[in-house]
Amino acid sequence: MDAIVAEELRKQYKDVQALDGVSFAVREGEVFGLLGPNGAGKSTTVRVLTTLTRPDSGRAFVAGEDVVRNPSGVRSAIGYVAQDSGVDWEATGRENLLLQGRIHGMAGKALHARVDELLGLVGLDDAANRVARGYSGGMKRRLDIAIGLVHRPKVLFLDEPTTGLDPEARAALWVEVERLAATESLTILLTTHYLEEADRLAERVAIVSRGRVVVEGKPEELKRNLQGESVTVELRETNGHVEHAERVVSSITQDVFVDGASLRARVPNGAEAIPAILGALDDAGIEVAAVTTARPSLDDVYLHYTGRDFAAEDEAGK
Amino acid sequence: MTQLFRHTGWMVVRQVRNLMREPIWIAMMVIQPMLWLVLYGQLFKHVGAQGASNGTYVEFLTPGVVAMNAFFGGMWSGMAMISDLDRHVIDRFLAAPTARVAIVLSQVVRAGITAILQALILLVVALALGVRVHGGVAGWFVVFAGAALLCGVFAGFSHGIALLMRKEASMIAAANFVGMPLMFLSSILVSVALMPGWISAIARFNPVNWGAQAMRNAILEGGNWGATGIYLALLVAVAAATSLFATWCFRAYQRSI
Repeated sequence: MDAIVAEELRKQYKDVQALDGVSFAVREGEVFGLLGPNGAGKSTTVRVLTTLTRPDSGRAFVAGEDVVRNPSGVRSAIGYVAQDSGVDWEATGRENLLLQGRIHGMAGKALHARVDELLGLVGLDDAANRVARGYSGGMKRRLDIAIGLVHRPKVLFLDEPTTGLDPEARAALWVEVERLAATESLTILLTTHYLEEADRLAERVAIVSRGRVVVEGKPEELKRNLQGESVTVELRETNGHVEHAERVVSSITQDVFVDGASLRARVPNGAEAIPAILGALDDAGIEVAAVTTARPSLDDVYLHYTGRDFAAEDEAGK
Repeated sequence: MTQLFRHTGWMVVRQVRNLMREPIWIAMMVIQPMLWLVLYGQLFKHVGAQGASNGTYVEFLTPGVVAMNAFFGGMWSGMAMISDLDRHVIDRFLAAPTARVAIVLSQVVRAGITAILQALILLVVALALGVRVHGGVAGWFVVFAGAALLCGVFAGFSHGIALLMRKEASMIAAANFVGMPLMFLSSILVSVALMPGWISAIARFNPVNWGAQAMRNAILEGGNWGATGIYLALLVAVAAATSLFATWCFRAYQRSI
């Protein structure tokens, strides 16, 4: 059975079409990533699936319950870790967890035992009785995740779990999430605008762009389907040459993208394509500063399916 | 229903416990009402007793200051909701099977508890200043009930505004805009008999005035119990109405996210 099903979800805020027919399915026990730049509609999708907001149209089921018809059934089955921390700053870590457990109808020894277990699991034993105001960003985040897990949900939503964390805390959280996915036998839906994060954590991803899912699959498959390699050519001078260079390279290969003074293109075989590209640029009188090749990344997958650059789109969506 | 009460209870515990961790807040809560009582008592000393049985303005003023504290306390209580919204604590509760009404109701109850505590402090200070509660035990009860209800009326209103505006600056402006006129259009500082006709006409419809009058009847000698009952009943009705308003605003907030 699928743990999450979204069918043609649409949602409009004033003049913004946040969701424009989002559909995907997440299998039970899977770590699934919704990957997309800022403003693509990931958080809105999560808000619909966690019953925080209603879709204008479309249907969605979480743990078998309809999010519109039976929101309380959904709420009992899910843990939600919002993009912005939901930690009560004036309460201790333990008090935060106890209250959340009580809201879920837990009590007594069972609740206290579960809270102790989680505090250990996310490494907050020592800070458990301190007010959360003094926690670091990483600690608050780990407490958020523990709050989402206290009632042993079937499905955990992690909305941008590592946004705002420094690289070290981010790497630590990745390990944490991998461990939780293994020990808590959960279905996890995580949203992220970090390509590497989706690559690292998610068994399958759906790439979201402008309110739609453009492609869905295992990161490895998506990258493999983009056969070949990605070539980046840095030009020596930008003035007037970039468009010219783009035309020249486009005549040789596909998926060409310009970023400042560099061109990115996808080629079936780097070793064969590079001499051809360099030769053509040389014939056109365009000087090249550097050439690099790489295996396709999710970045390239995004470019291939949307025709737009991920980083540029991400910046524009802020 | 039992879930509603349980959740409200836990949320009240959370809020009261969090407030108890703010020493400055506790100090302000205790000192401010005393300051009002002493300051106003001095400022208007020569205005006269205005019907106070022992001839002091302080006795007349005491129920007024209790009312003022209760209604300002309620009026500002929505700030806690804004802080919870900003910290996304509310979203966390909403994505869990929290009784929706409990989120608003617990804030109103918390504000009411504060109002009762402040009323108690004020009455103790007033006793030291020579004031007597002539209504006896029932009189004390009326003061506490009046303070809690008056606070509840404005806490409901305040939380509704907080949920609609969601910004501290707007909230402060709204609270001042509504709060100050309501204070001066009531018998908090001046008896109805001394008011210009148009103000006393407006005061009849002002919940702040109902609360002040009910409590004054309970404290001064020969208070009118019938009128007190009517005032308290009116406050119950309006408190229920503003709490419903806040709950409705909660739905509006949920539609907007």
